[in-house]
Amino acid sequence: MAYCSARLRTRQTCSWVGRPLLDQKLHYQTYKEISVKREGYSTEIHIQVGQFVLIEGDDDENPYIAKVVELFEDASELYSKKRARVQWFIRFCEVPICKQHLLDRKPDTQEIFWYDNPTCDNNISVETIIGCVRVVALAPDEVMPIDLKNEKTFFVKLSWNKKKFKPLPPEVLAQLDKLQEDNHRYQKSMEAKTKSAESPSWTTTEHAVKRIESRHSTSKSRHTASHPVTPRARKRLELSNLGFPRTPNTRISQATSCASLDSPGRMKRKVAFSEIMSPSKRSLPDGSQTSSPALKTPEKTRDIQHSCTKDARKTSPDHGMILRTRVPALKATETSEERILTPTSRGRKSSVVPSVILKPEYIKRREGKEPEVRDEAPSTSRIRRKSSILTLNRIRQQLRFLGNSKSDQDDEEFLPAAEISDSDSEEEEASTTPLPRRTPNSMSRNLRSSMKSSLQTPSKTPKKTPQPRTPRDATPQIRSRNLPAQEPTNMLEEARLRLHVSAVPESLPCREQEFQDIYNFVESKLLDHTGGCMYISGVPGTGKTATVHEVICCLQQAAQANEVPPFQYIEVNGMKLTEPHQVYVQILQKLTGKRATANHAAELLAKRFRTQASSQETTVVLVDELDLLWTQKQDVMYNLFDWPTHKGARLVVLTIANTMDLPERIMMNRVSSRLGLTRMCFQPYTHSQLQQILLSRLRHVKAFEDDAVQLAARKVAALSGDARRCLDICRRATEICEFSCQKPGCPGLVTTAHLLEAIDEMFSSSYITAIKNSSILEQSFLRAILAEFRRSGLEEATFQQVYIQHVALCRMEGLPYPTMSETMAVCSRLGACRLLLVEPSRNDVLLRVRLNISQDDVLYALKEE
Amino acid sequence: MCFISYRNSLTLWLTQLFCFPDGIDNVLFIIVSSVAFPRKSRISFVEMSSRKSKSSNLIQADYVSQVQRILRERFCHQSPHGNLFGVQVQYKHLIELLKRTAIHGESNSVLIIGPRGSGKTMLINHALKELMEVEGVSENILQVHLNGLLQINDKIALKEITRQLNLENVVGDKVFGSFAENLSFLLEALKKGDRTSSCPVIFILDEFDLFAHHKNQTLLYNLLDISQSAQTPVVIIGLTCRLDILELLEKRVKSRFSHRQIHLMNSFSFPQYLKIFKEQLSLPSIFPEKIFAEKWNENVQSLSEDRSVKEVLQKHFNVSKNLRSLHMLLILLLHFWFCLGNMLALNRVTPSHPFITAADLMEANQLCSMDSKGNIVHGLSVLEICLIIAMKHLNDIYEEEPFNFQMVYNEFQKFVQRKAHSVYNFEKPVVMKAFEHLQQLELIRPMERTSVNAQREYQLMKLLLDNTQIMNALQKYPNCPTDVRQWATSSLSWL
Repeated sequence: MAYCSARLRTRQTCSWVGRPLLDQKLHYQTYKEISVKREGYSTEIHIQVGQFVLIEGDDDENPYIAKVVELFEDASELYSKKRARVQWFIRFCEVPICKQHLLDRKPDTQEIFWYDNPTCDNNISVETIIGCVRVVALAPDEVMPIDLKNEKTFFVKLSWNKKKFKPLPPEVLAQLDKLQEDNHRYQKSMEAKTKSAESPSWTTTEHAVKRIESRHSTSKSRHTASHPVTPRARKRLELSNLGFPRTPNTRISQATSCASLDSPGRMKRKVAFSEIMSPSKRSLPDGSQTSSPALKTPEKTRDIQHSCTKDARKTSPDHGMILRTRVPALKATETSEERILTPTSRGRKSSVVPSVILKPEYIKRREGKEPEVRDEAPSTSRIRRKSSILTLNRIRQQLRFLGNSKSDQDDEEFLPAAEISDSDSEEEEASTTPLPRRTPNSMSRNLRSSMKSSLQTPSKTPKKTPQPRTPRDATPQIRSRNLPAQEPTNMLEEARLRLHVSAVPESLPCREQEFQDIYNFVESKLLDHTGGCMYISGVPGTGKTATVHEVICCLQQAAQANEVPPFQYIEVNGMKLTEPHQVYVQILQKLTGKRATANHAAELLAKRFRTQASSQETTVVLVDELDLLWTQKQDVMYNLFDWPTHKGARLVVLTIANTMDLPERIMMNRVSSRLGLTRMCFQPYTHSQLQQILLSRLRHVKAFEDDAVQLAARKVAALSGDARRCLDICRRATEICEFSCQKPGCPGLVTTAHLLEAIDEMFSSSYITAIKNSSILEQSFLRAILAEFRRSGLEEATFQQVYIQHVALCRMEGLPYPTMSETMAVCSRLGACRLLLVEPSRNDVLLRVRLNISQDDVLYALKEE
Repeated sequence: MCFISYRNSLTLWLTQLFCFPDGIDNVLFIIVSSVAFPRKSRISFVEMSSRKSKSSNLIQADYVSQVQRILRERFCHQSPHGNLFGVQVQYKHLIELLKRTAIHGESNSVLIIGPRGSGKTMLINHALKELMEVEGVSENILQVHLNGLLQINDKIALKEITRQLNLENVVGDKVFGSFAENLSFLLEALKKGDRTSSCPVIFILDEFDLFAHHKNQTLLYNLLDISQSAQTPVVIIGLTCRLDILELLEKRVKSRFSHRQIHLMNSFSFPQYLKIFKEQLSLPSIFPEKIFAEKWNENVQSLSEDRSVKEVLQKHFNVSKNLRSLHMLLILLLHFWFCLGNMLALNRVTPSHPFITAADLMEANQLCSMDSKGNIVHGLSVLEICLIIAMKHLNDIYEEEPFNFQMVYNEFQKFVQRKAHSVYNFEKPVVMKAFEHLQQLELIRPMERTSVNAQREYQLMKLLLDNTQIMNALQKYPNCPTDVRQWATSSLSWL
């Protein structure tokens, strides 16, 4: 992150302080302290391992924050040989905007988050360090101390692992806390803690933790000075449903694997803590160093890793490139983030001798969770691919997997609950209301209720006192209802609910091929770290947007399971913009959370996508209703399709529009050329496909006769092939069925008669009925028009001409003489219904009249009586 | 003359209106009617007929005014307390739909289509009233009323929606933020909701067809999109009189519309119409003076069986079946009965005319079916009449070709020189003035826009009167010289 974009304003000179510590296993020299001298400043900054530092970043206002984990000299680096390994912290503003809402409260201005992302590059040049800063770790229920609020103090409360906010792992807090205390006592309590690992209340001891002001133990850092984690070296986790943390083919030292079979957490914890505690705490020269590092899990894990791998490395130096671990329920999105294994490679050196980090607390957590997990989701495993080519088979499997989401749903809902129980136990003193269960499909619900819960616990967010809201920070929200919505009570209501277009389908039948194509496209771009455009067309109601959503959903799951690199997904809709250039504003806001004017946003985005930034994730942008983005200069479309072509932009643009030939029709050559030829056309559904769609929605509900379903499918297929129409017709048919049924409560099946009535209601032209129901004078005026047309041979007449005919007709039929005013009123009434097309009435008798329907229709309608 | 009579009648109306507490609405009604029907505003509403024999029935005046107030309220306000006629099926459909949204949180969209005055707004008002009476619904529902005539573009419409939903970017009555911000804010707000927990919103879009003319149909797309996706439950009710409304919607907007249509067609027959007339005039049972109410209702009953009344109503029914025109007729009826019959007498505290008679209705009908332009012709001077006759002859000769002032003047000169003794030979500027007056009255209309440098004498014009209209007007024209009348029947009469 910072590493790439470090722009040095003032030259800095760095020099090591103290003798190098040559690690035998590491082929470079590590140091404990470095002094940085800036040109123009007389003072030197001494940076020691364990200190918190500010690091230059893109944003001069908000430099990055990190803790120095290790200082070393790396000869392989070209420009700056003095390197530092850091643990990153991120500010709230650095959290992707689309995820910011996951923090259900307002972040403190000084609040930062422990960045739990092993894939992030943590090897930086020492020269990018700006200065020291103070970071204070807080327990989840603690409030931000006001007295410490100055520029240079930050607070850590939560950790962020790119998917959600979590309280700091108790170990981190505990470790910080314990460092203050007696060694002896500490060890005891930790043992107690690890012993109670299996019980749900194992974290209770951590709640004593208040503020961490421990001093740093430098001895630890020697152990943590391990291997830089490079994103490239990330290994895939092979997950399966067995629930054991590892497969037999994992070659780890015997001791640990034995331990893990028995009670891995406990054993390893012991190891870890003995490692931590054994070195004497070295008190540091105090001075500026009031701050203390929050202790981090990775460090600890690295300790363990050392203990685990030391032997292993001796026996098999090239061991364990891939550590396969079995994790239940691959859909377990939450679980999979908590990485059990974090393979690391050593530095950037070519000789990769990867070692393996085991994070004991995760394993332990998993242990606690596992039994339930196994019960809930025994059969939802998918074979995960490892090659970049996705086979058709796999898609099929995925679809099937989506298809039986009956069981998925359960496990999806279950898993977060398990996770929540963790966090609850950590926060039990905060007496928060239990967080709502969360399913991936109903993010908003979760958000809403979590908002509510945050309101219910004002103690947690004391800053949220009722202050007069300014419209700027207003939250968009419709108030919630007092009475809960009723659930369906009978079959027909249930069917109606399922037939609603909004009902999230369990799967998208009949679009497997398209799904697979789009999936392949996006996935290959993700895996290759490149960008590209795709154009998707099709008439309305053929499932374009739904399919893309499905693809993204699957890819997000895959990303959480670490199958594909994580990516950021942004959706914009041309129809939801007030004008084309707003698309920049929307994209920028969803990407970074910044608000900007359209021009400025365009510049920022161009800068972002045109300059190479290696560490940023791929961005997938879905542009719906593309044709609305058309401008005279076509600059919006041009930019959208141009950005992905830049090297390192890592932008995938999926565009959707109604017309197949849009690129040829409205785009300039330079725009359509950039769009490329990756096109896809969604054909209208055929009747058998529509039938399948209906049947899949009505799978467990017996509300329709088979013939009725078929009739609906055939009718719609003949008309438009619009799935929405089909669903709406069926929904209306259930209403008609219910309405026509005499006995309330036990309605019969929906028959073809009901369906025909619904179709008739929706599609029949109302002109004929309108004419039949119009008044006698109106009808005779229509006749007069027909007569005048026949007389003149034209399809148009002035009002005056028709009036003459009308008077004659009325005389013939014995009607009273129609005055001009009356006839004019009749004419304008017919014109308002658009039975006639009339000119504006300022033309008076000279206004021209035309029929809006065919003469035959009028004759037919008038003859009937 | 015409204008004087018109003005007289208006003042009469106004004095009447200000005498009574609910008059303000009717002022509005008058203004609206004169705005909406500029041509009809020239109706000389009333020829004051002198009346009435003073039968001195001693019925208290306040009953009469009470009756007047009740009925007027019924005809002018679209109160949801009245009855619905002949739309039970449609009503059931709509109310079921609303209930499902309110109770089950189902999203829907529906169009109510029917010609003007067919009771669309009445229907929705009734349905909303009933919905609000359902237990637990009224506090669980939000309503947004929009009108295509007021919210003429999406920007205004969005502000109005935000204001009516009272979202958090509304302070007082003011909505903050730009158009784009408002749109994304509103969409975000609606997106956050879900079926079971958020408050359903009823959107009522009056003059729905006008919303279809907004740029890109952004508002409709978004509203209908919400109704088709799992967001805050909404029901979108569009009211329109256009039968071709679906053709106005863009294809992706149309696809998102559920295609539910409720048609209101005035599909009642004359007997039903008669019944409606009776019901509309009857006094409610809660009327304080029972005896008077009974008598009144008996009178209405006998009135509806009267032959001449039936004839009048049949004629009215033939012209237009909708209830609004019936209400217009009844308002005029009230006017004749109350103002002309009673109010003048009211000062003497002896209401002379306690019950409505068939004659009142006939007069009202006459007023309704009056030819407005014919009335204007009645108010013209003889010179102007002569000019119109000259134009009529020109039309006959040249087969509806346009004419200019010079041609009309020549024609007029021919008549004056050869024949006329009664008509004074006016000078050309005077005739020109009369010609311009006719133009101001829009009895004649220039073919093209008047340009400054064009000579007025040679500007091509067209007559906006029909021959029959001219002849009818001439027959009623007071003190018309015989020469002129003869000239009107034949252009060659002077030979």
